[in-house]
Amino acid sequence: MNDTSSEKRIRVVIAKPGLDGHDTGAKVVAHALKDAGMEVIYTGLHRSIEDIVKTALEEDADVIGMSIYSGAHLPLSKKLMDQLKDKGLSEKLVLIGGNIPQRDIKTLSDYGVAGVFSTGSRLEEIVKFIKERTKA
Amino acid sequence: MEGDREKEGVKEKKKSERSDELADVTLESGIKVKPVYGPDDTKDINFDQEIGQPGQFPFTRGIHPFMYRKRPWTMRQYSGFGTAKETNERFKWLLEQGQTALNVAFDLPTQMGLDSDDPMAEEEVGRVGMAIDTLEDLEEAFVDIPIDRISTSLTINPVASVMLAMYLVVAEKQGIPWEKVRGTTQNDILKEYIGRGTWIFPVAPSIRLIGDMVEFCSEHVPKFNPFSVCGYHIRESGATPVQEMAYAFEIAITYIDEVLSRGLDIDSFAGRIAFNFDIHGNLWEQVAKFRAGRRLWAKILKERFGAQNPRSMLLRMIAGGGGGGLTVQQPESNIVRGAYYALISALSGTQTMALCSYDEAYTIPSKKAALISLRTMQILADEMGLTDTVDPLGGSYYIEWLTKKMEQKIIECMKQVEDFGGMIKAVESGYIQGEVSRQAYIREKKIQSGEIPKIGVNKYVMEEEIADVELHPFNPQVTSEQKRKLDEIKAKRNASDVHEALQGLRVAAESQDNVMPHLLQAVKSDATLGEITQVFKGVFGEFKEPVGL
Repeated sequence: MNDTSSEKRIRVVIAKPGLDGHDTGAKVVAHALKDAGMEVIYTGLHRSIEDIVKTALEEDADVIGMSIYSGAHLPLSKKLMDQLKDKGLSEKLVLIGGNIPQRDIKTLSDYGVAGVFSTGSRLEEIVKFIKERTKA
Repeated sequence: MEGDREKEGVKEKKKSERSDELADVTLESGIKVKPVYGPDDTKDINFDQEIGQPGQFPFTRGIHPFMYRKRPWTMRQYSGFGTAKETNERFKWLLEQGQTALNVAFDLPTQMGLDSDDPMAEEEVGRVGMAIDTLEDLEEAFVDIPIDRISTSLTINPVASVMLAMYLVVAEKQGIPWEKVRGTTQNDILKEYIGRGTWIFPVAPSIRLIGDMVEFCSEHVPKFNPFSVCGYHIRESGATPVQEMAYAFEIAITYIDEVLSRGLDIDSFAGRIAFNFDIHGNLWEQVAKFRAGRRLWAKILKERFGAQNPRSMLLRMIAGGGGGGLTVQQPESNIVRGAYYALISALSGTQTMALCSYDEAYTIPSKKAALISLRTMQILADEMGLTDTVDPLGGSYYIEWLTKKMEQKIIECMKQVEDFGGMIKAVESGYIQGEVSRQAYIREKKIQSGEIPKIGVNKYVMEEEIADVELHPFNPQVTSEQKRKLDEIKAKRNASDVHEALQGLRVAAESQDNVMPHLLQAVKSDATLGEITQVFKGVFGEFKEPVGL
């Protein structure tokens, strides 16, 4: 495969916004991305969107993966995308995971979310998606 | 051709006679299962000492002598959403349909001790449960519900002490003496750090609050269960059935140690300890898990804590759900899974049953889904003979052998935690969180590879338009309604009463005094949940989450 990955590992912030405490999915994805050779920074629970953007900036993340199970994925994702734009960070690859109904995927992609991986998504597809979309 | 097929048939038969050519079966807990069990497998088990009679030590077969023959399991579906008023209507509807107890869902801001007008509460008010800001909200939720006759489970953890105070004042206002108040606060903070994630304060003061509640209840609210230890959420977060039991027991031991350190006698409170367990997975493994758990818990109470009263030794539990076993794919299959989970719970001797509704992989249950769950339990109790006789699987070679194996495994896993330095240290350092998340990853990989079969997910997959199930609609008006009520209450309450009550609470929190009397005072003064939580945050600080991967 290509060796660029050994020069600079893909850096991913896995984030849990808001009050929702369901972190199993986020942690499982974090394990899978680590196994695939990526650098994973897990924010922990109860983060505000401001915290998440700050972490992404400080950690120089290529990818932000946000996991939401409470049903508040639309407003939270909108807020994230708006703040990334304000900070000039629109190039970050944003993935949303969790309990996301089919009908909201289009709206999320309109916000600028690159990929939606709802419950039951295959781990290797998430890995493949990130690797393909972060290729320089 | 015909002859060939016969030959093949003969060959197959010969093959199946050789057990070493059969596929290995290993349970999630790591126990290898033989194709056949017999008397040799149980010859080391002493019936009187290890199994015994239901209702007698060590309670392997059940905690009551006649179990469901005398009284079927309590049916208690999880419900609550939006405002207290809407929740009250749903409660009454459920009771009219024959439900026998209540299980209250609070929205996330309430569970996290935030008022509905807090910026962090935005978009979450009334979403996954009902919003409670002040005493008035809880009063509204229980209008016309006789809380001396209906036992209520309040699913709330870091601020359970505040909710208990509110509930007791609601009882007072309904004219019901505290001695008659029956119910449970979930109040298991240690499992919140491991899974589920509604924690606020650091570990030590959180456990102190639980101790305060136990102490207060043992004196004033004797029929109330001040905490319910939840293996459930630990299992949902990825733990194996063995870890589920072992961690739950280590958590319960931690709370017991806290209460004992205050000088209470074990028999004065152990009889009110309740557990909440998960069901999904292999049927036999779950049944054995519960039978082993009952036996082991009884031994722990008797031998480790010196309990004298047999009531202190009983593993009382709510079981039936297993959200982790449900699938987004082919969601109607979850109705069938729910029915099997109900069967497993009944065969396991649960006291209370609460099923996951088929839409629970997505949302809080719709009315239709909640009714199907309730009917599932009723069919099982009334049509299928599950209440006829106690522990019908007891004495089975396999079940008794497996019960023994599970007990040994649970003991080993508990020892790992104790060798680490106990549950508090294991949680503060992220050790348990790491163990559980690693297990979740292993399980997910096995599901994705097909090693753990999951119908509709990795087997018998159908090209399906993943139809969106009916999500419980989020009503943004709940937020404005809650904010309006908050403003109204803040305008009409006596500000100096509130100030005085909160000041008293702060002083108690800073000292060793029991906070419960001060919480009662605070909620009576119409101090809000958020204001009370702020006082605790000021004194206790906040939990720093370890990475836990």
